This record gives sequence, C-alpha cells and structure tokens, in this order.
Amino acid sequence: MSKKFTAAIIGPGNIGTDLLMKCLRSDIIEPVWMVGIEESAGIIRARDHGLRVSTDGVDGLVARFDEAPVDFAFDATSAYVHAENSRKLNALGVMMIDLTPAAIGPYCIPPVNLDAIMNSAPKDNVNMVTCGGQATIPLVASVSRVQPVSYAEIVATVASKSVGMGTRDNIDEFTRTTSAAIAEVGGADEGKAIIIINPAEPPLIMRDTVHCLTKEPADATAITASIKQMIAEVQTYVPGYRLLNDPIIDGHRVTITVEVEGLGDFLPKYAGNLDIMTAAGLKTAEMIARRMLEQAEKR
Amino acid sequence: MTIQGRHVTLHDMSLRDGMHPQQHMISIDQMVDIATALDAARVPLIEVTHGDGLGGASVNYGFPAHSDQDYITAVVKAVKTSKVSALLLPGIGTVDHLRMAADCGISTIRVATHCTEANVSRQHINLGRDMGLDTVGFLMMAHMISPEALLEQAKLMESYGANCIYCTDSAGYMLPDDVTHRIALLRSELAPETEIGFHGHHNMAMGVANSLAAIEAGACRIDGSAAGLGAGAGNTPLEAMAAVLDRMGAITGVDIFKLMDAAEDHVLPIMDEPVRLSRDSLVLGYAGAYSSFLLFAKRAQKKYGVPSHKILLEMANRRTVGGQEDLIEEIAMNMAKAGQAEA
Repeated sequence: MSKKFTAAIIGPGNIGTDLLMKCLRSDIIEPVWMVGIEESAGIIRARDHGLRVSTDGVDGLVARFDEAPVDFAFDATSAYVHAENSRKLNALGVMMIDLTPAAIGPYCIPPVNLDAIMNSAPKDNVNMVTCGGQATIPLVASVSRVQPVSYAEIVATVASKSVGMGTRDNIDEFTRTTSAAIAEVGGADEGKAIIIINPAEPPLIMRDTVHCLTKEPADATAITASIKQMIAEVQTYVPGYRLLNDPIIDGHRVTITVEVEGLGDFLPKYAGNLDIMTAAGLKTAEMIARRMLEQAEKR
Repeated sequence: MTIQGRHVTLHDMSLRDGMHPQQHMISIDQMVDIATALDAARVPLIEVTHGDGLGGASVNYGFPAHSDQDYITAVVKAVKTSKVSALLLPGIGTVDHLRMAADCGISTIRVATHCTEANVSRQHINLGRDMGLDTVGFLMMAHMISPEALLEQAKLMESYGANCIYCTDSAGYMLPDDVTHRIALLRSELAPETEIGFHGHHNMAMGVANSLAAIEAGACRIDGSAAGLGAGAGNTPLEAMAAVLDRMGAITGVDIFKLMDAAEDHVLPIMDEPVRLSRDSLVLGYAGAYSSFLLFAKRAQKKYGVPSHKILLEMANRRTVGGQEDLIEEIAMNMAKAGQAEA
C-alpha cells in the first residue's frame, strides 16, 4: 500500500512504546510523533526510531504540527489530561484514539462496533474501553448476536506486574467502564465486570471468563460457532487470543474462557491485557484509515 | 504471656463468611434471627454482606437470596447494641456499594485485597475514612508473603486512612508461629493507635490457637463465627473463642452463654451441611488455598468426576488468590481430560 496515514503517540511509557512497535509494522499507519512531558527512555527510543518528539506535551506537538501533520493521535496518558489533549488535536482535524478511561468518545471494540461507529455521524474521538473490555466484549457480542442476553458478566484475571498505578488508583473506573460497555457494545441488557489481580511468579497470562445468561435456553451449536468465528476475528490483531476449552453451555448459561497472550513487542507476553489495548487501538486506526482511503478512491 | 485484663473486640462472621457454605442463600428472617441472638449475647460487631463482599452477587460467585442492601438494612434494624460491618473487595465492589452500605447504617467498612495488592484499596479506604466509618484494611491470604512484605502493604492501607489492619488467614494455612511473627511486626511498626486484627479459618483446627497467638502478639480484634459458620472448615468458632478468652481473663464484654445459645439454637439449625474439618477443608489449610473454593470444587467433582481435594490442591499449587473461582471448572475439565478422574 502506498499511501500511509500518519500518527502521533501521546505518552511514551510502556503502553505508548508497545504501540510504537506495532505501528512501525503497520502497512497503513506511520508513527511520526512521540509526545511526552520530559526527556525519558520512551522519548529516546522513539527518536532512535526516527520519530519527531515533543517533551512539552501536546502543546509542543501543536506548535510544530506543520512540520509533520498527523491524521491520528493515540492517547496513552491518563483520563485526567485526555479531554484537553483531544480538544487541542481535534481542532487540527486529528482523529483521537483514546486508550485512557476518559471515554469522551463512543466505546470502540473493533470487531463489534467499529463499522457502526464509522457508518454513523463522523467522529473525532473513540474510546478503547478497558483491557478487560477489549478481551471480553467481543465474546459477549458473539453470544448476543445469536440470541438475546439478559445479563453478561466478565472476570478478568491479570498478573499483578501488568497492572499500573493508573488502574490501581482508580480500579472502580475499570469496573464501571467495563460494565457499561458490556451492555452498550456487547448487547447484554445488564453488564458486570470483576477484576482479579494475581501476583504469582512467573506472571500468569491474562485470563478472562465470560458468563452470559440468555433469555431463552442457549442454542449450543449456533453460539459455539459464533464464538469461534469471533475469536478468529480478534486473532487477526491479537494472535495470542485463545479459547481455553469449549464453551460451557448449560441451560441459559454460556461460559467462555480465553487467555490473552501478548506479542511481546515491548510489553512482556503475559501482559496480554495491555497488548490487546494497543493492538485494538492500532486496529481501529487502520480500519478507519482504510475506510478513508476507499472513500478517497471513490471520489 | 498473659492476656489477663486485655480488651478484645470479637467480630462475628456467620452472616458474611457464613454465606459461602450457605451458597449466599441465607434468608432475611434467618439473618435477623441470628443477628438478634448475637446482639443479645452483646457481640460488638456483626458482618453482613454477600460472602464475597458488597457487589459479590454474580454468576461467578453465586447470586444471593437478597441484595446486600436488604440484608444490611434488616440487620441494622434488628440489633440494639451490636454494630454492623460490611466487606468490600475492590475489583468486585465499588465506592458506590460503600456509599449504599453507609446509607444503610453500617459502622465499619472492611476493605479487602490480596495481601500484595493493597494499593488498589486507596479510594475505598479514603472514602470510608471520609465518611467517618470505622475503616479496616483487610489483607487476605496473608500466609503467602513474609511478615516484612505484609507490613509494607499494611503501611499502605494505614496511609490511606485505615484505623485497623487485619492479617487475614483466608486459607487457614497459618500455624501459631506464623501468626505471631506477622502480628508482632505489624504491632511494633504500625502507629500505636492503629488497631490490629486477625481473621482465621479452622482448616487446620488452628482457629482458636492462632487467634490467641494474635492477641498475645498485640491484636485486639478477632474474627470468628458463631458455630464456626464460614468458608472451608469455617471460621474460628466464636463461642469457643469467647469462652477461652473468658477463662484467660481477657475482657470481651460478650455473654458467653448467650453466645453459645446463638450458635447452638440459631446458627446450627440453618446449616445446609455441617461445617466441619473435612478432607477438602484440611487440604485447603494444608496446601494454602482460598477457603471459599470448597463448594466450587465439590460441584466440579460432581460434574467432572474428579476428586475435589485434588482440584483444591491444584488451585493451591497454581498460587491462586481469592476470587479465582472461575479457574476451578477449567482445572476439573483438564484433570478429567487427562484421565485423572478416579470417581
């Protein structure tokens, strides 16, 4: 593909750096800016990869935007500063992909509702929900697209080392945001989210259990097929997304368990919870970029 | 060491930890009946919540017969002198649940985390303290880390505003020396005004012995459960604990005969199954697995024909933490597949 869309990554920490590694492999997204607030290992690494850097936050990027304009910005900072970042960059026509829990824009789970988001009114900000949401909501949706789900509940078990202070300081935000998106995007009438943090060494790979309660007795054949199809779809951007055992289907209850192994780009492989966020963020940008390209070709 | 004259606050768990063996199905009437009996025995604190704390109602842990709100409201109304506490596990419950419980009239909130993860409790402990509640940091599965590591986590909870820190033996794994080392270090290093508590399980029959060790080392709050109703082999039997403390001259303010009545005449009759030191419970304690895994392993045994104690042993070997009930069915499936089923 010849035409590439440019992107800025805001937040040169572990998430931002992992995202950078993934962007460098993309055939349609080209990372050109890394934005931090001070000189740091992440900034140095980005510079080594040939990116422009700002150590004055988004303001530094805005001031020098014309040097290398961007189509997309990934925000991997915090909910507290995201709104400002988004406002400043939206004003320059940049599409914001929000990896923080701020959730100004619509929740986005790429294989479930990104098409619908793009087909609705133009958006300049989408939110990637939470790691637990990215790992489980596709599965909730794979059941709810077969038959109505009155209640869906997810249990995300993650390695202690993969949970940063941002999440720890406001763990309720994980619970609330994920629950809300299970209903809104997953298609269940009601959602509930639980997160369990395990400090075992070596660190365990992210493991997610999804329980759906269907309104009518569950159609085992159709649901199992739908789940497997959805898993294959998520695997296109998270190859280490795996079904553990066949779904357990018992009357109205459908229980699905997956593990999420990361690619190990910059984050360790066990941190599938972080990998699925960066992978979904990039996948979102790529899908939007392709759509933009198709529309440009039609004209 | 003598504990003559020491003040000890006894905290009853039968209406919270006891929810586990009752599959969270204790009725409002039963709760009110038991709480009234505990109140008559002047038990100072009674915990009332889903077994897995506020917001524990779930497919994963079990749906209760009634909401936390209904249980707490009913018990708060029923008691005259006893105070009511609630448990909250960040990651399961949220500050919204805490606000609800406070509105229902709890006096004490106990914020529970795995013993290494205290820093997920900041917002909940902050809020409990801000609302003027007796705010307790509850470090679960405390056998899994050293006394020094436990202290580090306890200090975090203390810094968030907890006025009491618990060393919680969720697996009933500890022996008296394990308790002594942990409690003594907490007592010597935390602020003098911070209270120290101990929560035991009776899986190795050490409930009373461990609680005594805790008191001797400086703990002043002890959890137990009338008739021992709690996860695994149950909690420290509260009536026995009270009787022992009475003989040793410690001051609990509890009427031990009325507490015996509460256990015998009110708690025992509601038990689905006798809470006893079964092979499964002993394995929980011996190997160090979370006590509320017990019933899940028994169900998995029934479904997959794999011995429940072997499932529990595997849960311990994998160094699982509280809340990982969803792994039990998978382990049973895998063991059955591997042809280890003996049933």
